[in-house]
Amino acid sequence: MRQGAATRLTSVAIPKVCGIETEYGVALRGAEEQNPVLASSVLINGYVEHHKIGWDFDDESPGRDARGFAREGSQAPEIETHLVNTVLTNGARYYVDHAHPEYSTPECSNALDVVVADKAGERILARSMLAARRLLEPGQDIVVYKNNSDGKGNSYGTHENYLVDRAVPFTNLVKYLLPWFVTRQVFTGAGKVGSETGSAVIDYQLSQRADFFEEEVGLETTLKRPIVNTRDEPHADPQLYRRLHVIVGDANLCEVATFLKVGTTAVLLAMVEDEFLDKDWSLLAPVPAIRTVSHDPTLRATIELADGSTATALELQWEFFRLARKYAEDRGLENCGGDDIGGRVLDRWEETLSALETDPATLDGQLDWVTKLQLLQAYIDLDGLVWDDPKLALLDLQYHDVRPDKSLYERLVRNGRVERLVDEAEVQRAMTEPPADTRAYFRGTCLARWPDSVVAANWDSLILDIGGDPLKRIPMMEPLKGTKAHVETLFDSVATPAELVEQLAS
Amino acid sequence: MPEQQRKQRSAPKERTTETEEELPARSERGEALKSELDDLLDEIDEVLEENAEDFVKSYVQKGGE
Repeated sequence: MRQGAATRLTSVAIPKVCGIETEYGVALRGAEEQNPVLASSVLINGYVEHHKIGWDFDDESPGRDARGFAREGSQAPEIETHLVNTVLTNGARYYVDHAHPEYSTPECSNALDVVVADKAGERILARSMLAARRLLEPGQDIVVYKNNSDGKGNSYGTHENYLVDRAVPFTNLVKYLLPWFVTRQVFTGAGKVGSETGSAVIDYQLSQRADFFEEEVGLETTLKRPIVNTRDEPHADPQLYRRLHVIVGDANLCEVATFLKVGTTAVLLAMVEDEFLDKDWSLLAPVPAIRTVSHDPTLRATIELADGSTATALELQWEFFRLARKYAEDRGLENCGGDDIGGRVLDRWEETLSALETDPATLDGQLDWVTKLQLLQAYIDLDGLVWDDPKLALLDLQYHDVRPDKSLYERLVRNGRVERLVDEAEVQRAMTEPPADTRAYFRGTCLARWPDSVVAANWDSLILDIGGDPLKRIPMMEPLKGTKAHVETLFDSVATPAELVEQLAS
Repeated sequence: MPEQQRKQRSAPKERTTETEEELPARSERGEALKSELDDLLDEIDEVLEENAEDFVKSYVQKGGE
């Protein structure tokens, strides 16, 4: 047995199956009035050529709270049952939610696959815009933005999801996630001109979302947003699993930023599960702190901890990082996408924190807030603009335009100014092919092979029409079952969904 | 704030005087970089929406999650 392997302790962390769901901004150009629900529907209908797979709502319970009680006296989040809602052959869900087109990546086993799947989502939205043209009046166009703010007090989310051990008390998660989410903004922030909701006048801040968060912990998602969301809808065996639903992140375009956002959060969660964190970084006031950190792109602002000490976000991130390095040596990163990808996450995290400390501008092309800032600064320097010039607000918005020819982000990519982590060929494949190593493989393959037989789908089940009564429901309660390794042979050995069901039953 | 941003972008840990001294004696590399940036901004100006103020004002979204 090699030295390293012999000295490792066992990790009890659950594999960090993860994904990103993105609400896109949507605008109907060339129309008198906006109807975002209609525009979103046209987008999705335009993309889906064959009949849509209906979403199976039976097991949805967005009103259940992770802290263990049913809320009283407050509005449960609404489930919109009549809006366009479809599942794609790559295992993704594509639907209309709260007047936005929303794209949920399929379940991924690691942060790099999430980068691929998230980018594939952007390509699908771009393709949808082209397809929608056929359904629109001449002179009209639907334009989509992958961002989180309209600059007028309205925000829409980019949510991450992580598989976590149900046995971990939710209070433990809250304890570490509050300082984690406040401080990780230094690399997850997508950058924003100005401020919202009564915050101080700010030229530029790190995060699009920070100004919209008003509570520490809670179930809400559309108002009084909490930094830690308590939604308890595991879409998996509820005895074993929790799906941590993260609403506080920014929509990222830079692949390095997405990779870091998801990869580091997965490691943090694994450390919580393995009870590896030996310090309490609880902040005195997390809600003001999330704004303090976001509002200072010089990264020098200090925040107060509950124990009376103060630190910058970077200092706290370094503490998290050092522990993560020790954790990787002690337990391995098997459950954070594997030692390979996990190692890359840590290396990149270290490089990023170092650069943020010495010269953030060197992260141009890697972090969205830096990339955007460099662009804005160029206009300020070369054209003599000032911060409240509407052109800067326009640049802020158009950076996130999803049309390849209009997107300022894509223009920077084309000019060789952005670091890509994944092949475009892989991204293109991910538009139609599911990840091979999660249950998305089973879902996507059934849809690809027998689109007319899949009557309805959910994250944790499929309903098949096998030609008789009744319809057959296939439960998929294990996110890591139904992978290519598990079911490829099965799929190869059957010709019809009826045969599939028969084989599964035996 | 803009002063701080410019410092952050052009060189690490410099003081204002250092930056000012550099400007008159701009190197060939500096010129090349500036020209590259000029080209980039020109390219971006071509695809930027026309009336910044109107466009930004007209972009309104419903609140989401």
